[in-house]
Amino acid sequence: MIMFFSAIKKIFLYISFVIIFGCSNRQSDVIEIKFWAMGSEAEQVSKILPEFEKRNPNIKVKVQQIPWTAAQEKLITAFASDNTPDICQLGNTWIPQFSSLNAIVDLTGFVKKSSVVKPEYFFPGVWETNIINNQIFGIPWYVDTRLMFYRKDVFERAGFNQPPKNWDELYLLCKKVKELDKGAEKYPIFIPTNEWNSFIIFGLQARAKLLKEKDTRGNFSSKEFKEAFDYLIRFHKEKLTPFGMMQVTNVYQAMAEEYISIYLSGPWNIPEFKKWMTGNLADKWATAPMPGHKNEYPGLSLAGGSSLVIFRNSKHKDECWKLIEFLSEPQIQLKVYDVTNNLPSVIEAWKDSSLANDIYMKAFYQQLQNVISAPKIPEWEQIVFSKLQQYAEFAARGVMTTEEALKKLDEDTDRILEKRRWMTFRAK
Amino acid sequence: MKSNSKIALLFLAPAISAILIFFFIPVIAAFVISFTDFDIYTLGDFSTLRFIGFDNYIKLLSDELFWTALKNTFYFVVVAGPLSIAVSLSAALLLNSKLTKFKSLFRLAYFLPVVTTLVAVAIVWRFIYHPNFGILNFFLGLIGINPIDWLGDPFWAMPSIIILAVWKNFGYNMIIFIAGLQNIPEELYEAADIEGANAFQKFRFITLPMLAPTTILVSIITMIGYFQLFAEPYVMTQGGPLNKTLSIVQYMYQEGFRWWNMGYSASIAFVLFIIIFIGTIIQFRIQKFNK
Repeated sequence: MIMFFSAIKKIFLYISFVIIFGCSNRQSDVIEIKFWAMGSEAEQVSKILPEFEKRNPNIKVKVQQIPWTAAQEKLITAFASDNTPDICQLGNTWIPQFSSLNAIVDLTGFVKKSSVVKPEYFFPGVWETNIINNQIFGIPWYVDTRLMFYRKDVFERAGFNQPPKNWDELYLLCKKVKELDKGAEKYPIFIPTNEWNSFIIFGLQARAKLLKEKDTRGNFSSKEFKEAFDYLIRFHKEKLTPFGMMQVTNVYQAMAEEYISIYLSGPWNIPEFKKWMTGNLADKWATAPMPGHKNEYPGLSLAGGSSLVIFRNSKHKDECWKLIEFLSEPQIQLKVYDVTNNLPSVIEAWKDSSLANDIYMKAFYQQLQNVISAPKIPEWEQIVFSKLQQYAEFAARGVMTTEEALKKLDEDTDRILEKRRWMTFRAK
Repeated sequence: MKSNSKIALLFLAPAISAILIFFFIPVIAAFVISFTDFDIYTLGDFSTLRFIGFDNYIKLLSDELFWTALKNTFYFVVVAGPLSIAVSLSAALLLNSKLTKFKSLFRLAYFLPVVTTLVAVAIVWRFIYHPNFGILNFFLGLIGINPIDWLGDPFWAMPSIIILAVWKNFGYNMIIFIAGLQNIPEELYEAADIEGANAFQKFRFITLPMLAPTTILVSIITMIGYFQLFAEPYVMTQGGPLNKTLSIVQYMYQEGFRWWNMGYSASIAFVLFIIIFIGTIIQFRIQKFNK
């Protein structure tokens, strides 16, 4: 028995030694900051960080990888349990959510003093997505936007030597392409109803105001949005596009087989297209900016990408800001592009030959000058993912008319925004 | 006696406290939350929490999507439940028959889908169901049936999910049925043989009644499990097309963990609880009535 107790005593002593000396060790001036990044970015960014740690020997960055699909859940759970990281990568449509949670801090003070991070160094449309109530909540890390991927050879066979410049041309082109192989099950374009982005992009091109009354009510029945919605649903009604992702399991294969000839999507597809379009198909595809509504070209697209944010609970905000400045340097941005294929958010980086001479990138550079932010409210994703996509599908399959669908969409949006109305208009 | 119960309580304390902390308290908290509008704003600023009484439940009643989800779930339970039990009973009878060879091999093969990860299974089944390249449509084509867009067609999506779910789950019930079958005394069949009963009569008047307790257990487990349909549509169709495969648990998950409408989501959970509770009571009543 005594032996037993003495053993316990020894263990206790050992543990307390570890605690006392372990802690004092850590206090030797090295500050550790927790950086959460998503998907492959996390893996790749670790390769770039040693340079940052070399420049700042007193800072150690601990990168944690979280999968994209579970990222939002993990972050909100971390917030609810006070376990947030110091710095994090956030999809820029998530910034409204985290700023309304009061989880991330306003970076205006840092930006004013910085010589590396200045608003004019970034694409204006993308920078704008990070600003809520005149406060800067995130610094763009990389950008993306949607534009047109298309089959050059199919366009040429249909008599078009250039990508379409406006809505009418796009529609006409699709009609022509459809007539090329009558009878074959092929579609000129792919506008899936389970990707809300196209509907919003065309709506914004038609200058629709998506929400009204201080963003507390839906405004999808407006003349402008209805025009865009009708325009896109017509592609479905006339069998110019498959309904959704279910019909096209693999977009790249579908493109290679000419099952579809146009896909409106983002830069993450480029490596995949390069992989699938090989041999004599290698030079048969291209990228082009979005067609415009009438005479404006390029047409508008949505500002996407990821921003870097600092969490309110962080005790090392200055160190985090140093990391943000490091990641915003043009040559570091290029390195990130090199290892992740994510497009730089800093305009200066685009002057590098690796981007300036890339034939697929030219369209992106053009498009990124013409991007606009989606409404910046925390409920936005719920509105578009759960409601807009649903009613787009109902309209595309002819279960509802477009009027009915948009009326219902407005009703549902109003229901979702009930709390926001209450918070906006309650007596303060 | 009194000190005995104290000691018993002492030994039970760890288990009871675990149940209290990890089960009852969360359930009570969820119940309270279902009367509030707990959402993402509340998470950031607690003062925005409003007690709204039965509003969530009233809103549910007029929520078309909730009714769609409920209808889909009932469709699934009513069709897939009996089908699954019938398939697992038939498989158990076959495996229990004296004529069957390689019994343990078949038992293993039928049980394999139960232990395979659903996500892996779903990927394979998406290929099987593929409208152009799927093997199912290939076989249908051989007998002259036009290709069906299994997961993309609003009419066929739920049957596709049902086939997948039945295939995935019947092995589990089959094992329980085999155990039940082996408990039936052999003498009963011998006696029936002497009386000249045929195979169907033996099944109808010996096997089925003797299996009644097993069947009631299996049907309750299956019903409770199937009311909680989630993973199959979540990985196969995400509730589409046209919400035809949206299940009640999936709707609850979306509202709660995708859009952070915790209050509303909790009220869905309690409605589901009441439905399963009523379903279980009905099944117990039927069993008593049969006795």
